[in-house]
Parts: sequence; C-alpha cells; structure tokens
Amino acid sequence: MEELNLFVKSIFIDNMVFAYFLGMCSYLAVSKNVKTAFGLGIAVTFMLVVTIPLNYMLNKYVLQPGALAWLGDSFKDVDLSFLALIMFIAVIASATQLVEMAVEKFAPALYNSLGIFLPLIAVNCAILGGALFMQQRDFASCWTATVYGAGSGIGWLLAIVGLAAIREKIAYSNIPPALRGVGITFIITGLMGIAFMSFMGIKL
Amino acid sequence: MLSKRNKEALFNPLSKDNPVLVQILGICSTLAVTAKLEPAIVMGISVIAVLAISNVVISLLRNTIPTSIRIIVQLVVVAALVIVVQQILRAYAYDVSLQLSVFIGLIITNCILMGRLEAFALSNKPWPAFLDGIGNGLGYMIILVIVAFFRELLGSGTLLGFQVIPQWCYDHGYMNNGLMILPPMALITVGCIIWVHRSRNKDLQEK
Repeated sequence: MEELNLFVKSIFIDNMVFAYFLGMCSYLAVSKNVKTAFGLGIAVTFMLVVTIPLNYMLNKYVLQPGALAWLGDSFKDVDLSFLALIMFIAVIASATQLVEMAVEKFAPALYNSLGIFLPLIAVNCAILGGALFMQQRDFASCWTATVYGAGSGIGWLLAIVGLAAIREKIAYSNIPPALRGVGITFIITGLMGIAFMSFMGIKL
Repeated sequence: MLSKRNKEALFNPLSKDNPVLVQILGICSTLAVTAKLEPAIVMGISVIAVLAISNVVISLLRNTIPTSIRIIVQLVVVAALVIVVQQILRAYAYDVSLQLSVFIGLIITNCILMGRLEAFALSNKPWPAFLDGIGNGLGYMIILVIVAFFRELLGSGTLLGFQVIPQWCYDHGYMNNGLMILPPMALITVGCIIWVHRSRNKDLQEK
C-alpha cells in the first residue's frame, strides 16, 4: 500500500519535470512530435528502473557511513559518502552502455526505435537526479526505491508526451516572432506545471 | 593574450551566444535554484569554477583522450571537480549547500559542461578554452541572477534576504505574489526573458 502511494506521488505530485525541473534539456529539445517523445520517455523510464536499484545497493552496502561493516569490524567507521556522485555517474554511464548492447543484441526492433536516445541518457539529469533523491530520502528497501524509479520515469514520460502533443497542435498558430520555438515552449511548460500543481493538495 | 578570437570566446556567450537563452543548455538548474538570489549567485560561481577548470583540463588532455571513451573521461573530470566544490560548500557555506541540495551534484549532468567540453575544449588550446569557460559560466550566471532577482523581489519582497519593499506598501494592501516562488513561474520568467532577448536580437528568431 505504501508503495502504491509512493508510485502515485512520484508520478503526479513530485513530478520530475514540473516539481524539480530534471531532464529539462532533452525535454525541451526532443518534444517536437509525439512519437519520438514517447520513445525517449520509455528509454528514460527504463533506465531509471534499471539504475535506481543498482545505485541503491551501491549506496547501502558501500557508500553510506558504516555501510562497509559487512567486511569486518575494522571497516565499521568508514564513510565513503563523498564518493557518491562519481560512483553514481559511473554506474549510470556503464549501465547505459550495457543496456544499449543488450537491447541491440536481443531486441533489434526496440533498438531501432530507442537506439539514438540511449547514449543521450547518460547525461540526462533525470537519471542522476533520481539517484540523488533516492539517496537523500533514504528508502527502506530496494523494492521501494525501484517503485520510486518507475513512478518518476512514468511521470517524466507523461510530461514529455503531453508537451509534444501541445507543440504539434500549436505548429500552425500565430505566435509573436520573438516567442516562436523555445520561448513559447517554456511558457507552455510553465502553464502545464501550474496545472500539475493542482495535485499538490492531495494527501496520500 | 586577448586576440580577437579569444575576445569572442570570452564575450559572445554573455548575450549573442548565451548558453541559456540561445544554446538552451543548463536549463534544469537555472529553473531550480532561482527562487532566491543567494543560492543563484553561489550556483553561478560554482558553475564558472567547474566549467573553467574542466575546460582547461580537457583541453590539456585533448590529444591523449581516445575519441571512443571521451564522454566517460569528461564525466570523471567533471565529477571530481564537482565533488571538490560540494565539499568546499559544505565546509564554508553550509546553509546555502542545504538549499541547493542535489543541484550541486547535478552540475555533473549540466548540459553546459558537456556542451562546452565537446564543442570547444576538445579542439582548442588551454588559454582560449579557459576564457570560453569563464565566458559561458558568466553568461549562465547573468541569467540566473536576473531570474532570481525578479522571483525573489516579487515573490518574497526581499533581495539577498533584506526587506526591499517597505512596510507601508503592505499596510496599503500590497501582497507578495506567492506563485513567483513556485516552480512554474521560473519557466514563465525564463520564457519572458527569451522573448525580450529575441525581440532585441532579430537574427535569433525562429521561423
């Protein structure tokens, strides 16, 4: 039950895009049509579900203060948490590479639709942001962290598909020349964010 | 020292080739840390430092990095520098580092860094790369300060924590606009800045 709450909360209330502005660069750049936006959204969700449990394990058994206690008593006081950033980004970059190779080998059809987006994801801040929020919130179990990853990813997917749909619709409207392209996209995202704020009052 | 080309590397990013407004890089942190002026300034300085130093390091290594693993090398250099910045902030500006929370860590995936390393540092000598880093960092910081100025002034009536809007305004019914502190208004503020910037620089307008 608690996991379900967390899932809904991370999709709507703590939405990666509207509440924390994570993954904004690719969000703005790859939202010109719904199909590619959907592809990128799926890729981001997939990578969050893969990397958050990995980073959770890494954090719990290697990085946290006292996490190395399983190696023996002399490691009880070791605190490696300052290395978190570099370890997380290494896990994300290598996981992206591995997933790319695995998908290419076992699911060529999926690779053709996701292919170009996978390498981009290593530097998408939604993935690293997810890992850092996971570390900050101190989830109780690996399963909870995975649910959080899935929820955040789906929230991101929802946001980018929504924006892409709106941008397809406004392609022919008469916008002031200086606002065309990026400017109006920012303002639309802001208005979508205000709409998403209406979920804030919901207590789960 | 400052040939014409170097001057361009330093000054173009301030307005004509601004990383935020024109190249649309580093948006996440521009939006997230600008509810108040102080964290925005600290964030700006951190990005200038990391960008300038990593540009120099990558530029020095540019002939020895194999192209197939350059992204990983760049990430490692940047991550190491960001850890240094994070530890310095924790030691000397603990309150601000709490306000910035995960966004200092997210400098690693700030697209300005990867963008400048890929586009400039990998093909230029250290000194121009250093100037390019300072220029782009400053261009980023200017936008951060402008956005944070309006959001803090209209949202809480203060600047850098000092009360700016006098008490008698509140007595006559003036109210802070709470919406300015919330995330969506950051997007709309940046949208408006882009609007103003592009109506002054007509050649940047999209068809």
